[in-house]
Amino acid sequence: MKKLDRKQLAARVARDIPEGAYVNLGIGLPTLVADFLPKGREIILHSENGVLGIGPKPAPGEEDEDLINAGKEPVTLLTGGAYFHHADSFGMIRGRHLDFAVLGAFQVSASGDLANWHTGAADAIPAVGGAMDLAVGAKKVLVMMEHLTKNGESKIVERCTYPLTGAHCVDRIYTDLAVIDVMPDGLHVVDIVDGLDFQELQRLTGVPLKKPLIAA
Amino acid sequence: MISKFVASPEAALADIRDGATILIHGFGNAGMPAELIDALIAQGARELTIVNNNAGNADTGLAALIGAKRVRKILCSFPRQADSWHFDRLYRAGEIELELVPQGTLAERIRAAGAGIGAFFTPTAYGTKLAEGKETRRIGERDYVLEYPIHADYALIKADRADRWGNLTYRKTARNFGPIMAMAAKCTVVQVRETVELGEIDPEHVVTPGIFVHRIVRVPASLKKAA
Repeated sequence: MKKLDRKQLAARVARDIPEGAYVNLGIGLPTLVADFLPKGREIILHSENGVLGIGPKPAPGEEDEDLINAGKEPVTLLTGGAYFHHADSFGMIRGRHLDFAVLGAFQVSASGDLANWHTGAADAIPAVGGAMDLAVGAKKVLVMMEHLTKNGESKIVERCTYPLTGAHCVDRIYTDLAVIDVMPDGLHVVDIVDGLDFQELQRLTGVPLKKPLIAA
Repeated sequence: MISKFVASPEAALADIRDGATILIHGFGNAGMPAELIDALIAQGARELTIVNNNAGNADTGLAALIGAKRVRKILCSFPRQADSWHFDRLYRAGEIELELVPQGTLAERIRAAGAGIGAFFTPTAYGTKLAEGKETRRIGERDYVLEYPIHADYALIKADRADRWGNLTYRKTARNFGPIMAMAAKCTVVQVRETVELGEIDPEHVVTPGIFVHRIVRVPASLKKAA
């Protein structure tokens, strides 16, 4: 099978973001999606710390410490972009104005519960940031993650064992093996990477999957 | 004649007492009022309750205040960072209390305090650990968690420009929590890069109106320490 690498996964997510969408890309892997948004599509990126219309990374030496994203990395602003304070920024999120949030995950359950903020380990210092707001607020919550843990366990599970970020909030899961929609009647496979068939994907995944309508 | 200008950070913070609750502006270092925090460390107030998005980065600003053991409790959304070692050490030693608040709830609790709201229901964190023990309510088709405002004695803010009435503009994403923190404190202290005459800030461009601002200290960019 041809597992997607991080860049291929980011490109796969980017392909599904339509013209005109307002999108928040989570810290880490989801941030990579920005580099693969199809040229020619106007897509407006939001960041929790109060900016709409994030542009490419600044050239070395052009960084501005007052212009950063939620991951505290230097960014640029597109012509037409805007700054606003935190309460407005989270009003955009909670008030269902964002079309998509793309988030990383430790686990996603069959009913769309998301766990991505805390391992639950006793000595871990908890940190949540804007994850819980994005999980309940965006019109569509897209998760991107590796399908399996380092130990080969499915990160798609019947019930999350890690503390929840949000309940029943995930709409679609992008992994290095497949794209899966979370529907009221279960998990529907949208597509599968080359060289992996449905039976093998089902064997690797912790919960029942439904076949794609058209063979991938 | 109204003038909210104060001669120095030290003068602006002289009356802060032990046990005060202080909102500190900034998202990471963007908007963090480093010179005001240095003055707060020098001033000596202890047992502080601090509200910020983070719990300090590296060894300056809020991290230095925490490292100096002046903070009894912190309310924030994202304490754990690669360079939050001062907080990490005290937290693991049980020497600092943490109230972890989702970022949007943190912002709205601050805004609510400034806007005279008694409490509000938010969908964020429903069904999670961070809502445990809190009142919930189903309104229409959604479940919500009851959250209360965060009132404060002081807000320490970094803005870009101010006039003597306290009208403020900010710079880029350094705006972040400034406008809502300015509303939520009994005494709002602002450090600015530049002070200007009344009227130089276009009324259409005022971000924080002067009614929310009490003391202003000019800290020219040239005096800024290297990050």
